[in-house]
Formats: sequence, structure tokens, C-alpha cells
Amino acid sequence: MTIDTVQTPATAAPAEFDARVEGQRLMKEWYGGLELAGERGQPVANVFVMGNAIEILRCFDFQLVFPEINSLQTGVRKVSEEYLRLSEDYGMSPDVCSYVKADVGLILKEQKHPAGLIPKADIAIASNMCSTFIKWAEIWERMLKTPTFVLDLPGQRAANWEVRPGDAQHAADARWVEAQFRDLIERCERITGRRFRMERLAEVQSEVNRMVGHWNNVMALNRNCPAPYNAMLDGLTYIGIMNVYRGTAEGADFMARLEEQLRAQVARGEGKVAGEKFRLLFSGTPCYVSMRRLVELFESWGGVFAYSDYLTFAAGGMDAGDLVYDTSRPLESLAEVTALAAQRGLSNQFFAHERLAQNVRDYDVDGIVFHGIKSCRFVSSGMADTRDYLNKRLKIPSLYIESDLIDPRYWSDAQIKNRVDAFFESLNQRGGPAPHAGRAAAVPLASEASIGGEA
Amino acid sequence: MRYFGGVDVGSTQTKAIIIDENRAVVGRALQDMETSMKTVAQDAFDAALADAGIRADQVVRVAGTGYGRYNVSFGDEQVTEISCHARGAIALFPGTATVIDIGGQDTKAISVKPDGQVADFTMNDKCAAGTGRFLGAASYALEMPLSALGPLALKSQNPVRITTTCTVFAESEIISHLAKGILPEDVLMGVHQAITSRCVSLARRVGIHSEVTFTGGVSRNVAMVRLIEDAVGTKVNVSPDAHYCGALGAALFAHEHALANETRTAVPA
Repeated sequence: MTIDTVQTPATAAPAEFDARVEGQRLMKEWYGGLELAGERGQPVANVFVMGNAIEILRCFDFQLVFPEINSLQTGVRKVSEEYLRLSEDYGMSPDVCSYVKADVGLILKEQKHPAGLIPKADIAIASNMCSTFIKWAEIWERMLKTPTFVLDLPGQRAANWEVRPGDAQHAADARWVEAQFRDLIERCERITGRRFRMERLAEVQSEVNRMVGHWNNVMALNRNCPAPYNAMLDGLTYIGIMNVYRGTAEGADFMARLEEQLRAQVARGEGKVAGEKFRLLFSGTPCYVSMRRLVELFESWGGVFAYSDYLTFAAGGMDAGDLVYDTSRPLESLAEVTALAAQRGLSNQFFAHERLAQNVRDYDVDGIVFHGIKSCRFVSSGMADTRDYLNKRLKIPSLYIESDLIDPRYWSDAQIKNRVDAFFESLNQRGGPAPHAGRAAAVPLASEASIGGEA
Repeated sequence: MRYFGGVDVGSTQTKAIIIDENRAVVGRALQDMETSMKTVAQDAFDAALADAGIRADQVVRVAGTGYGRYNVSFGDEQVTEISCHARGAIALFPGTATVIDIGGQDTKAISVKPDGQVADFTMNDKCAAGTGRFLGAASYALEMPLSALGPLALKSQNPVRITTTCTVFAESEIISHLAKGILPEDVLMGVHQAITSRCVSLARRVGIHSEVTFTGGVSRNVAMVRLIEDAVGTKVNVSPDAHYCGALGAALFAHEHALANETRTAVPA
């Protein structure tokens, strides 16, 4: 396998890098590119954050529309209810995923999004990583006449069973995925009139390798006490870049500069939360419409989210440490990694018991917060089992709260504050966190870390 | 003698408790939320002071609890009712391991450690099914006072099954059963059973361990006590002060924290 070394970025000094500002700039630039796609004659593809084959799409210079990100952005910008109500007026049930409904609202508003005009896609890539993806793509076919390409990605078959690279099952899965990728390449050639170049795929994969390496290090840096960033606020900016800019030099540079900045913060002993008292793990999906408020409730007690499995789940499993593209055989490697990443991303929410137990140890957390969402019982329904398992296995305190991804009507501030306060009261009654000395302090420095290596 | 206060501002009633240095309850008061939200905490506290026969300046520290805990403007601290019910239940029944609290809009189950610490808790979420509000709907539909519901339900021979989980729809379901000629006691027993099913399900999530202590206003309902005992398979502790359990816990926290502050102050620099 080709393993690139971590490059020291030749960009601005860490002190000049503001991840939030830079992240916002990149996202604005991406939305700007979407608006200009028609004018530039660029092809457009709708993709989901999991199982999306964007490495192939980048070879054809597709402008990528991420409908999930469009929907969550309506929540972040506090306008999601307007989009949701439009889709409900159109006939969609309150029980339908709010991401889907916000997107239907977007279609009904003739693609007018608060971040700009969203172009209609020439192709939509869906996968079975979420059953809603396929139904969602059917809505595009019906409402916008968007052609769909559905990838069938094998998931994890059982608990305590993991495909490993080189297993016969993994080889079979990879062959199955590769055949579909070859079909997809043909489709893309027909849409764009361009020939696929394997060298271009290798170039894209090199950038992904570089980005994922830094991403893994960024994740691992939060094992430090105090944690240099909040996984459920800053981390959401980082994962946005991870998804939208995967396979680009800009994305890899962002992640490199971020890593460098965070290492400097760690060296200075700077934590995200002044007087960090409790380290927490967030399991589940965010409540984008109220995430800042939720984080504020935790930070007021000195709580910081050191880790979240969402950052694995919503990166499509790409952060799983050993997932590195072999750029000497690009397509086969893409299939192999996709088959593994799909299983890890997909399984993240369903076979979470031991994975979370390991995260608890790695990030030395004092408690787990489970966030169930109305939009998706699929990812929320296993939480009770996982919570019970971890309570018994690790005796770790946990809190279950419920709201939604972007539907503000499911956010009840008084109820959630009550639960959060009670959770911290019980943590305090236990005598507070253990002293930080010696806890989760050893994270390898840049020189020791390699791309894809477990930091 | 110094005193400590706890004020529990709930959704339907406000409760206040005064305890002395020995943690004995010396005054209590209960106010319906019909008065102003702004003044109800003060009114309840003043009434508890009068009941104790003491002045406000004799109270060293006050803790507020309940959803309206931040309305206890004269309070020194706020503690959630989850922690307060756990602490209050242990004070009333030291062997408590599980607390079931049914209030006006909240039902909670708390797993408690022997020292009163909360080990785990769970609450109803965004739905008032299984709370006292469900009984409120029955009271309205049957045009009976809340206090009469439990004794009448116990006379039931053929309880109906209330299928809706929605408190608002429960009212129409009750009316529909009555219109069919079903006896009020049978309808009422169905209502009580529906609440029991919901709250015991919550309790199972944190684990039901003996002793079980039942707190909150609904613990005054004899039918609810009997049904919960049947469901958990053990006798359930109910104190005459169960309704005040949250306020009592708050007063105990005020007492504990006042002493802790004194200890800290007494340590030489």
C-alpha cells in the first residue's frame, strides 16, 4: 500500500488559522460553486455523506450537492421550520425524516436555499447505507426527473463480527462494489462526455489519504486533557469540510492546518472549555437547530464533548484508522476501502457496544450522552440497549435526551435543561471527575503519527 | 436554632418545606398554581414560615427545585427535582432504592444509591401520558374532584382498557366509554391502569429494586398505590409527606451546602 507521509503545510502559521472562519469560507465557496455550475457548464451530482463514491465523481469534475448538508444548514440558520412546513403542506407526514422534508421544501421553493441557489443534479448517487437514501432519490426522480444510481454496499452482518482486509468475505464484498463502480464510471462518461482516467482517481485518492490522516490525528488530539476542541460544535465544522472537500487539496490543507493548530493548543495546555471538569462522549446525531444551546448547557457545568461517534458515522466511516487508498491500484482499492468504510459507518450506530466502550477508554470520558432523534428511529432505537450495556459493563453514567436533527418543534428547552442539570448534579455527587493528572494525556506528536495510523 | 428551606415550583402546585438543624420538618405549605407564577414561590415559602412559626431571617439557606426553580428569586441555589426527590425519598425511607415520582406533568423513575445519590433516572418525554395530567383529564370528563378518583376506581369489577396514549384523546375516550354506559369506576380503573403501565415501564428502564418509594402528588391516590404495588410485586413506601418530597430534598440540599460552606470557611488559609 502507498502510505504518504504527513506533510507540514506551507501555509499560514497556526496562530493565523481560525478553523471556524476558514471553515465558513470554504463552505461559502462551495455553495458559490454550486450557483455557478450551470454557467460553467459543469455536471452536478447529488450525493449523501455515506457511501457516495465521490472519488469517482471528482474524476469528472462534478459539482457535488450534499442534500443532507443543505438540510442541516437550514437548521443551523434557523429557517428549517419554514422548509419543513412547506413539505408537510405538500402532504408529508410529521414522522418523515426532517432532512428529507427540508429538501422537499427546498424543491418546492424552486431550489432557493439560504446559502444560495442549489442546481438540479444530472445524477443522484444513493446507497443502501440508509434505506431513506433510496426513497429520497425516488423523490428526486419523481419531482425533478433526476436519474439515480444506487450502490448496494454490504453492511455488517452481525454483532461482534467484523470484516477485516484480506478476509474472503471482504474480497467478495470488494469485487461486488468494484463491479458497481465500473457501471458508475460508464454512466458518468455518458453524462459528461469525458473519458475516465485512472491516474486522476489516484490523484484524488492521494488527497483523501492526506486528509484522512490529518483527520485521524485531529480526532486523536482530543484525547488530551483538556480537550482542545468540542467534538459536537467545532467537530461539526470539521466534519463539514471532511465531507464536502474530501479528495481536494483545499480539504487536505484545511485538515493539516487544523491539526497543526490543535497541536499548538495542546502544547500550550489550552482547552476548549475553561476549567474543563467533565469529559463526555456524544452518541447519536446532532440537533443542528439547537446544537449551540445544547453545548452551552453542558459547558456551563464544565462539560466538554471530547468525542462523538457521529464524527465517524457522518464521515461514512472514513476515519477508521487503517482505511488508506492504495494509489497503485486505484479502483480495486476504492472498492476495498468503500466496502470497509460502509460497514464501519453503517455499523457505528447498530453494533456500537464495544466500539463505544473502547472510545470511553481512549478519550477517558466521565459520562455518555445519547441523543435520540424523532427523525430517525433507525439510528436511535438501539441506544437503550447500548446504554444499558455500558452502564453495566463500565458503570459509566449516561444521559438520554431526545429532540431532532433540524425540527425545532421537538426541542423542549426546559425538559432538556432539567435532564442535563440532573445528570451533572449526579456526576458532582459522585465526587466529580477523577483528577486529570495522568489521564488520556499521551497522544503521539505529528512526527510519530502517520496517515491512517492509529494515533 | 437555624432553619433551612426548600421550595418546589411544579407545574400544578408549589410546595415549600422548612427543616431545622436536626433535619426535622417544622413547616410545610402547598399552593395551587392559580396565583401568579412570580409570587407563588414566595407565597408558599411565607406560608411554610407561618406554619413553622418562624421569621424569614431565621432561615439560613433556601434551595429551589422543580421546573419553576429559577422563579425562587430569594433562593440561594437551584437543584433539579430529580436530585431532590432522590434525597427526599432517602430521608423519608432510608432503605429506598427506586423512586417513582408522578407529578402533574412529569413522571420520573430514579435509581438511588444508599446515600441519596442518583444512580440513574428516566422521565417521560414530550408527552404527558402516564402523568397526573392523565388523571386531570379523567377528573374533568367525570366532573369529579381528583381526591375522589382513587377510592371510586377501587370499586371497579370490570375495568376497561384505555388504548390511547395521548392525554388529550384520553378525555374523549373516557367520554365515549361513559356514553356506552360503562360504569365510571370501570372507566377510572382503566385510566389508573394506563398510568401505571407507563410509569412502571419507565421504572423498569432504570431497574426496580426494593425498597420502592412512591412520591409526588399522585401518591395520595390509593388506587395508584395499589396498582403500582401489584405491578412491581412489592409493597411501596408512601409517606404523608410524599407530596413534599421534592421540597424536602431541596431543603436537605440547602442544609448540606450551608454546612459545607461553613466547613470551608472554617479551614485556615
